[in-house]
Amino acid sequence: MDLFKKEENIFSVTQITNSVKRLLENSFGNVKVVGEISNFKPHFSGHWYFTLKDASAQISCTMWKSANARVRFTLEDGMKIVVSGNLSVYPPRGTYQIDVHSMQADGVGELQAAFERLKARLADEGLFNQELKKSIPTLPKKIGIVTAIDSAAFKDMVSVAQRRYPLVELFVASSRVQGEGAAENIAKNIKLLDSRGDLDVIIIGRGGGSLEDLWAFNEEIVARTIFEAKTPIISGVGHEIDFTIADFVADLRAPTPTASMELATPNKDDILNYLENYFEESTSIINSIISSFKDKISDLIISYGFKSHNHILNNNIQNLDNYLFRIENGLNNKIQKKMSELEIKSNIISSFNTDNILKRGFSLVKQDNVVISRGESFDFDKKTKIKFYDKEIEIK
Amino acid sequence: MSTKKKTFEDSLMRLKEISDLLEENEVGLDESIKLYEEGVKLAKECYKTLSEAQLKIKELKADLENDI
Repeated sequence: MDLFKKEENIFSVTQITNSVKRLLENSFGNVKVVGEISNFKPHFSGHWYFTLKDASAQISCTMWKSANARVRFTLEDGMKIVVSGNLSVYPPRGTYQIDVHSMQADGVGELQAAFERLKARLADEGLFNQELKKSIPTLPKKIGIVTAIDSAAFKDMVSVAQRRYPLVELFVASSRVQGEGAAENIAKNIKLLDSRGDLDVIIIGRGGGSLEDLWAFNEEIVARTIFEAKTPIISGVGHEIDFTIADFVADLRAPTPTASMELATPNKDDILNYLENYFEESTSIINSIISSFKDKISDLIISYGFKSHNHILNNNIQNLDNYLFRIENGLNNKIQKKMSELEIKSNIISSFNTDNILKRGFSLVKQDNVVISRGESFDFDKKTKIKFYDKEIEIK
Repeated sequence: MSTKKKTFEDSLMRLKEISDLLEENEVGLDESIKLYEEGVKLAKECYKTLSEAQLKIKELKADLENDI
């Protein structure tokens, strides 16, 4: 088509814009452009709009939902990235833009910066708060693992569990741990295990690798899933020197996947030692309890309580004696009283008898107050009393 | 007592409880002897369970196709 042949050829806005659009799209094809992000706006539809700029120019960018779902880091203004996409024109505004298909952080420095920014933001939100961390149970029955089931890291975790605490049951949700969609996959598997509700702890882990390899564990979706999980989570990602966002959010950070299983399980040998000691210790304790009871018994026997028993007994015996004594006394007194009464009465009775005889004219001779009833008993040398009825006389 | 239903973890917890009770020295003689017997029995069971345990592993699969 020869556009400029006819001088009077006039385009409508749409015609010229569409011509430019066609020209642009066909002549550039796929381009890679490096620049700094500004005006980043994630639309509620899920599409992204932002501007890529450098010191002296800028260009609008769009990234559709289907494409940006695969971006493995959180976009922020100021971040330096390399985008890959097609140049295009947006007719309603008459602007040209890049339809971004994929993007990468511009070097490790940028990933590191993205890491720091996300870390700072999540820290501000309280996702790393120490007081929100759940405690890891000491005797787990069931442990969930989110990792690649064919990885060396998983084999290590299994052998640690086998060696340390084979009583535990492992529930593995095999996950992609690097590359496209890995973060979503990890998050999904964490949710899957967490939703069971019967796991004591979940380990998320993978072996060592580059910053890019470990990147899934630095993504916001993983961080938020860990934070929201109700099951305690241990992270064991990479080597000792690697810190990921997941490590900060997790309830416990293990330096390696192997260490994560060590932190999640008690040591069988420790428990076996405890049990062995238990026999010895509890036997010596029960023996000391028994002997302390023996001591108590012998203490009791010589205690005042037991002695006072004797006192009481003696007192009682004394009381009894006293009563007996008093009864005896009373009885004697009574007997004596009766006896003397009886004597008086018998005297009276007997005197009445003599009185009657004396009345009739007989008399009674007494010497030494003894009645002399026979003549041969009479002693002429003694004082003699003669008792008549009316009186008693004494003769020499 | 339903020792049948007890898990290893329960037994081990109970064992610690028993040794604490015995060490506190505040239970009576009869009770102490009962606790001692229970403890020794539990310890033997735990020992056996742990020595004979074999690791169990189950794989779970998330339904990844749905709800993305």
